[in-house]
Amino acid sequence: MSTALAQPGDTSSLEARAARLKEIAADIRVSIVNTIAGPRMGHIGGDFSVTDILVTLFFDIMRTRPADPEWAERDRFILSKGHCSAALYSVLATAGYFSPDLLSTFMAPLSVLNGHPNRRKVKGVEANTGPLGHGLPIGVGAAIAATISKSDYRTFVVLGDGELQEGSNWEAAMFAGHRKLSNLTAIVDRNRLQQGARTEDTNSLEPLGDKWRAFGWEVHEVDGHDHAALLAAFEAPRIDKPRFLIANTRKGKGVSFIEDRVEWHHKVPSPEQVLQAIEELRAQ
Amino acid sequence: MSAPVTSGIETFDCRVAFAETLAELARVDPRIVVVCNDSVGSSNMNAFQKEFPERLINVGIAEQNMVGVSAGLANGGFVPFVCCAGPFLTGRALEQIKADIAYNHYHVVLCGQSPGMSYGELGPTHHSIEDFAWMRALTDITILNPADPKQTRDAARWAAQANRPIYMRVGRFKVPAVTPEDTVFEPGRALTLREGNDVTVIATGVLVSCALEAADILASRGISARVLNMMTIAPLDEAAVLAAARETRGIVTAEEAIITGGLGSAVAETVVRHHPVRMRILGVPHFAPTGSASFLLDHFGLNADGIVTAATELMA
Repeated sequence: MSTALAQPGDTSSLEARAARLKEIAADIRVSIVNTIAGPRMGHIGGDFSVTDILVTLFFDIMRTRPADPEWAERDRFILSKGHCSAALYSVLATAGYFSPDLLSTFMAPLSVLNGHPNRRKVKGVEANTGPLGHGLPIGVGAAIAATISKSDYRTFVVLGDGELQEGSNWEAAMFAGHRKLSNLTAIVDRNRLQQGARTEDTNSLEPLGDKWRAFGWEVHEVDGHDHAALLAAFEAPRIDKPRFLIANTRKGKGVSFIEDRVEWHHKVPSPEQVLQAIEELRAQ
Repeated sequence: MSAPVTSGIETFDCRVAFAETLAELARVDPRIVVVCNDSVGSSNMNAFQKEFPERLINVGIAEQNMVGVSAGLANGGFVPFVCCAGPFLTGRALEQIKADIAYNHYHVVLCGQSPGMSYGELGPTHHSIEDFAWMRALTDITILNPADPKQTRDAARWAAQANRPIYMRVGRFKVPAVTPEDTVFEPGRALTLREGNDVTVIATGVLVSCALEAADILASRGISARVLNMMTIAPLDEAAVLAAARETRGIVTAEEAIITGGLGSAVAETVVRHHPVRMRILGVPHFAPTGSASFLLDHFGLNADGIVTAATELMA
């Protein structure tokens, strides 16, 4: 399997690209399990639901230079749901931003790999997130910066679905729609579970697409674990609106005893469960 | 509205100096942008908007988004000056200031417009007296409180190239010029405006001119008062504070801010660690009653008489 980043001008078919991403995603999920197993801390449910979105962006869609993370023309990526840092770190390490050996220090005393990402310590991190509702405003600012400086980099923000209950997202959504930021894409990891319960039983989000359309966004809805569908949505022709991608996902995707169970928001698998999880992931 | 000083002295609205300086900076530095919250007029940014329409980003009445957007603009290589009434900037968007600006360590200049009690009769919702305390708790932010137009100009120029998070007050309440024109701007350093051996008055912002007036009154009574203009609230010039603690018999601090957590607290924290000395902390003790800015300053003893009384107590 090649984890090299896709090259500009890659003429592989959508199916071939998706097949490659699926292989990478399987390895990333194993990396996440191992990363969390060390400190016995993390957010495995959300890590697994967001994995395919991150892999599609970092290993195909985005224009990046892991060896030159401050490159001014890089596409910007902001993980607003910063608690899913184990997924982000696994992706960044695999993409070459830093050594995968570092993952074994996840949340260890004085490690650069904090439970929530820190851009001043970890290459590839654009913004220190963790408190919810912060990523989209920052992404809107980065997208406006590109328009003012006439730069063609794009900005991608991944949001949790429960996170959309934060009002700051709606301030940012309103402004991005007003500015017609066609260089901005927000992706919601729509796993339908927040920390304590289902989103629709807590503070319902639906009709989610209609809300974002009303705020001036172009809305796509796809299976967030279908790499071909994600690729197609990211590559759909742009119109003069920001893009909102509802990626329907399963929290804990990939492991039978974790998938779609609310208690696995930040529960940590036992050593036996780690082995079982890796066995299931390897069989896919 | 210039209650703290003797009538007849010319006074200035620092927003004018600030706006002129920002436009000057923007003409030579394409990174400078202004971010505001429907506050173009109240921040005196109409001329800037006319000259640089693409570089004034008005997010509307949405302060959390305003601060997050400024972090994103910094990520994209710009130097945002966020111009917003102090209470809504620091209060409404406090977590964004903490996480998006301070913790990210983005070069964003947060400009608290019309700070202190300058919105007088509009009441405590519109007063920004907690800003020093809130910003001081964020250890990565430099806090500047210019006392007059010259310091406002110098602070803005320095902030434009400081490459770090900054909070600065931009005063609306008219103040006299207190900084000699030939003064070299030194962020982080107290400016000694009057030498003295008996007592030290450490003042900031609109209280600096009051401190000078108080020193004159004290001198007429045989008390030699040192006057420090502490424009930089954080990081504090501890050397100047400790010199005052060692060389004079007591310290009076004076600020247009809540007395818990501001300049007085910073000075007290310093002297109690290294050289305990008698102090009086003058500031705002609680939510203000109705009144104009000048009425409220007098009401809370934030004037020359109040400083004289406090200094005299320390000499007793």
